[in-house]
Amino acid sequence: MLGYLIRRIFSALFAILIVITVTFIFMHAIPGGPFQSEKAIPPAIKANIEARYKLDQPLHIQYVDYLSHVVRGDLGPSFKYRGQTVNGIIAERFPVSMQLGLMTFAIAIIAGVGAGIIAALYQGRIPDYVTMFFSTIGISVPSFILGTLLMYFLAFKWGLLPAAMWGTPQHVIMPAMALAGLPTAFIARLTRSSMLDVLNQDYMRTALAKGLPRWRIIWVHAVKNAIIPVITYSGPLLAAILTGSFIVENIFAIPGLGKHFVTSIYNRDYTVILGLTIFYSILLIGLNMFVDFAYTLVDPRIKLTGGKE
Amino acid sequence: MGPLLTVNDLHVEFKTYAGIVEAVRGVSFELQTGEVMAIVGESGCGKSVTAQSILRIIPEPPGKITGGSILFDDEEILSISERKMRSIRGKKISMIFQDPMTSLNPVLSVQTQLTETLCRHTGMNKHEATRRALELLDLVGIPAPETRLRQYPHELSGGLRQRVMIAMALSCDPRLLIADEPTTALDVTIQAQILELIKEIKDRLQMSLILITHDLGVVAGLADRVMVMYAGQVFEMGTVDEILKKPLHPYTWGLLRSLPRLDMTKGQKLIPIWGQPPDLLQRFTGCSFLPRCDYAMNICVREIPEAFGLHRVRCWLEHPQAPQIERKTGGTLK
Repeated sequence: MLGYLIRRIFSALFAILIVITVTFIFMHAIPGGPFQSEKAIPPAIKANIEARYKLDQPLHIQYVDYLSHVVRGDLGPSFKYRGQTVNGIIAERFPVSMQLGLMTFAIAIIAGVGAGIIAALYQGRIPDYVTMFFSTIGISVPSFILGTLLMYFLAFKWGLLPAAMWGTPQHVIMPAMALAGLPTAFIARLTRSSMLDVLNQDYMRTALAKGLPRWRIIWVHAVKNAIIPVITYSGPLLAAILTGSFIVENIFAIPGLGKHFVTSIYNRDYTVILGLTIFYSILLIGLNMFVDFAYTLVDPRIKLTGGKE
Repeated sequence: MGPLLTVNDLHVEFKTYAGIVEAVRGVSFELQTGEVMAIVGESGCGKSVTAQSILRIIPEPPGKITGGSILFDDEEILSISERKMRSIRGKKISMIFQDPMTSLNPVLSVQTQLTETLCRHTGMNKHEATRRALELLDLVGIPAPETRLRQYPHELSGGLRQRVMIAMALSCDPRLLIADEPTTALDVTIQAQILELIKEIKDRLQMSLILITHDLGVVAGLADRVMVMYAGQVFEMGTVDEILKKPLHPYTWGLLRSLPRLDMTKGQKLIPIWGQPPDLLQRFTGCSFLPRCDYAMNICVREIPEAFGLHRVRCWLEHPQAPQIERKTGGTLK
């Protein structure tokens, strides 16, 4: 187990190194740079700035220099926002995105799994059609439309929730609902199909023949088997929604991390691009590892011992 | 005292895209306390559906018990509430299924699967149930029960899993055990062990047993009475000696003739029953075995007789006016 963990961490570090390298190369391959603007800057000043951020050095030197900082946990200063570091940006903004993300995740799991179970239990009957109808809508309607509609009804028409901004717990609900639309619908479909599969297994008939109450047959015998694909999906899902959403954060004026993923590329804010990419990779890899451990809790047939033992 | 179980004119249907499949067409039988009855017949003849109807575990939809009555312990199974039924399943009537590889839940430990039945039906707490589970594993001949209790189905062999299934079925001292092809999915050597176990436990616990099988060897070793089913109907019913030594229905003759025997000479071929069992989407006016029967008469096309005599054979050959023919059973089973 420990050996497995060590191997996983090593392969994770290697993956992150590849991510950094590829991002670094692609980023510099885009024309332009952080200090190019429509207004012409005198060459002397430009040279000065570039020297200050070591952009005048050859790329491989910059690469090695950057890596040596990353190893020490320093993601460097932002090129665009003077006086701010990438670490600072993440520390300030990630808690907001995380709060929103966790809320979204909770909605998606509870509503998605719940709807999926109901649909499977009532297969081919009205509750199934209703949940599958809404899940088709949930998958097809983009978050900005869902967000705008929610805003119009919940905030503007009925005045139940604040329309935008951040601060109180009420502020989290609407954007979380907007973000949760797609994953909820997806999880509902996933749960339904895996639940239908499980319900037809022989061991479900055994559970019935044992005279167990219905809730136990469903929640203990069926759901524990049916939940495995949902766990698989929840790792990458959580990584994606924890790091924020550009669109939803924009609509609801939320000071989250999502915005920076997009603007840093427009700005050629090299350190922010790299820093956020690394941050996202670590989250993704870490959560996938967590998912692998979660499997062992649910399914005893899965044992974590690397390949060659 | 009346019989433990009385099934009368049971009808079960399944709705499919092709139409309504009549899987069970008027099955009737009785089972006494302590008696072992075997149900034999080809695949799809309604054996399992009959058995599952007794526990009311036919998946509904598509299945539906459309008629008849099942009296168990003087209680009408088909009209009691689902709640009441749950207190019978696993407690008074329990069932062992064909494939132990898929009949145990892969993500729950042996302990969980054994004790949940006990806790549910006997009001034992977890601790008492665990102790009883150990006794049960011991009873079904599982060595090192403490270890096995903590394990999961995938850590057990097929034979061990079937023993766990049996332990589970026996846990609440049922009055009736239904074994649906309990040895079909096992190795031959393990089959003999499991049958021996079922026999021994049945004698010790004084319960009734319905044994579904298409292995007539199993029937000979275990059953008191045999019911031969074909296309959802009972064709013949009698004691094990009657059915194996003096069968009366041409279908039973066919079944016996298609068995390999120890005294067969080298190169002697088995005689199959030609053709296929009928499509159960059909309705029959006459005998459903007609197209495969060597002795078919005119009357067989028009109708199938009610059972003749004590031996309860549904064949016109048993009619007093039927022609006398030589029975081709290929000898008797020893």
